[in-house]
Amino acid sequence: MKSLTVKKALKLLRSRQISPTDLVHMCCERMKETNSLNYMIHEIPSDILSHQAKISEQSYLQGRPKALDGIPIAFKDNFCMKDTPTTCGSRMLLNYKPPYSATMVEKVARAGGIIVGKTNMDEFAMGSGSLDSWFGPVANPWNLVARPGREAEQASGWVIAGGSSGGSAAAVAAGASLAAFGSDTGGSTRNPASYCGLVGVKATYGLLSRHGLVPLVNSMDVPGIVTLTVEDAAILLDTVAGHDARDSTSVCETYAPFEMDRALDLSRVHIGIPREFHTSGLSAEVRDLWSATADALDRAGAKVSQVSLPHVQHCLVCYHVLCCCEVASNFSRYTGIEFGLRRGSEESTEELYAETRHHGFNDVVRGRILAGNFFLLRKNFDRFFLKAQRIRRLIGEDFRSIFSAGVHFLLTPTTLTEAPTFAWFSQKDNRTRCAEQDIFTTAANLAGVPAVSVPLGVSRRGLPLSLQVMGPHFSDARLLSLAHWLEQQAAFQHLDLSSTNNFSHAHLDSQDIDTC
Amino acid sequence: MQRLVCKRLGLGILRLSDQPGGSLQYCANVLRPAALFASKVPEQPTWVPIDHDRVPIDHDSLPEVPEIDLALVEQLERISLVEFNNEAGLRRLREAVKFANQMHVVDTEGVEPMDSVLEDRECYLRSDEVTDGNCVEDVMSNASKVEEQYFVAPPGNIPMKKRDKEHLSGILNTPTDGDKAS
Repeated sequence: MKSLTVKKALKLLRSRQISPTDLVHMCCERMKETNSLNYMIHEIPSDILSHQAKISEQSYLQGRPKALDGIPIAFKDNFCMKDTPTTCGSRMLLNYKPPYSATMVEKVARAGGIIVGKTNMDEFAMGSGSLDSWFGPVANPWNLVARPGREAEQASGWVIAGGSSGGSAAAVAAGASLAAFGSDTGGSTRNPASYCGLVGVKATYGLLSRHGLVPLVNSMDVPGIVTLTVEDAAILLDTVAGHDARDSTSVCETYAPFEMDRALDLSRVHIGIPREFHTSGLSAEVRDLWSATADALDRAGAKVSQVSLPHVQHCLVCYHVLCCCEVASNFSRYTGIEFGLRRGSEESTEELYAETRHHGFNDVVRGRILAGNFFLLRKNFDRFFLKAQRIRRLIGEDFRSIFSAGVHFLLTPTTLTEAPTFAWFSQKDNRTRCAEQDIFTTAANLAGVPAVSVPLGVSRRGLPLSLQVMGPHFSDARLLSLAHWLEQQAAFQHLDLSSTNNFSHAHLDSQDIDTC
Repeated sequence: MQRLVCKRLGLGILRLSDQPGGSLQYCANVLRPAALFASKVPEQPTWVPIDHDRVPIDHDSLPEVPEIDLALVEQLERISLVEFNNEAGLRRLREAVKFANQMHVVDTEGVEPMDSVLEDRECYLRSDEVTDGNCVEDVMSNASKVEEQYFVAPPGNIPMKKRDKEHLSGILNTPTDGDKAS
């Protein structure tokens, strides 16, 4: 199977050139072959998949297929799925089977999509490498073809998938599903999409329901979409967008299915290049791609100008404080009483809570809870929490004033570099890495604006390079049109594993998993 | 002239000759860097992240980073119901606070805190009616200990046992530490 897109698959299914059973079978085979990349936490049993494929087959036979009928789709393991393990990559929830499904899961299932598995992630989505999971690190499927020089000969020369939705991105890149859902709080969908050569969409805050998505930072979390192409992302977004009464932050406007403008008239588009997105650490390859793309838009008739978002350089620290504070509050639900791990003394409630939480959470989660409670102490509340909220407003205002001054979209890098190696990434702690990795992505979460990462080039080492486009609130459809235009110009070649024979991957044999 | 050369993007072809097995012919179109075109992308980085280790920042312009002493450690552990595992955990908190302290380079005088990006919209409020229920079994299905239709918890209102902080003594700069050292 060579890079089968959702669009192409739907076409093949409608013309009966392929059956849902074949399609699901192909994905499951690929999942088995690439098992060593460790992107799946829970695979849906094959009898359930066959049953669903048969139902889809009936829909096609009756000539009444639904929007995603028969399309294999994966979900990050922080989306609740009824009676199916939902662990968030944490020991805390190893035994948790939600009694309900997330709205995203429900909408995909109702549209005929076949959910093939729950993907690996940084514990509770805290991370940008997909290394800090109870289930071990995720490896980037591009390791199977790219040859990053001699380094690859060493066990830890392999490149990471990015995170925290690394499992979802790796699943799509490897062909285990045709699309996947991740979550995006500070870039967790766009970052792995960028490193795995995929389209990653973070929609406007409020457009996609968060009901059933285990919360990290309520004011910033959004479900994310990972696909091979922009058109595929549009198909998925169209299927799952819209108001949900069960999410109080889901916006009320009746959602009108959007039409991506495939023939975007660039002469009427004004693109801003925010100067602050050229920061130290930006690789020459990414910068060149960014310049070349800006120039290409210019040549194609768009107005391209340099703009300034003066406060975005404070995004990371602002995000850091707000994230810890919301985590401290959100994670008080994990006590061992109602669900999840229960461990420790039965002599006292507080002793039980403390021991359960001590064993259930990893260092990163515990660290953010402790830091959050520090920032929220009465004596620190104004100085840290409210200060961060004030900076958040300034960042939001930066976007607002740029967009109201006539700039339609912003073009920036998604990440500083191509996918880094595990060896390099694990030299520093989680907080330091997040502060580098999320440098271009957190702004969109703080401001609530839509952002799309598109793969547009390949590095000298043969790894994907991506850029990000951002637009005003609820400009999602137009933003995808622009992303689609860029995608067409670049003609990026997706990872093709069809002639790969050796799927074994060194990292599972090495010591890396133990050291994580 | 460059305009003519780059009529269409995607002219660059990257060949990876050192593919495993040699059978994989991997070609990709890449956006060609057009260095001579007057790009709007800045040539040089426009700012440098504050890095305490590398870039000296004017600490005098920032309020002092709050001290973290034994009393604070105990308070945070009590309200968080998680413990600092070791000195590395405590060091992480110090780093996190030091990092957060950088916020004070930003002038936020007169700026209102922002809770939500939806603040200027009316969010949906459903009418106060019961829309679901009869799901006791579902709700309790994940609890480890239940009795009839109750979650079972150990006795409450018992203060946590005082934890030994020996494992943090090397980093906690407290009188207790001083005593031990002497």
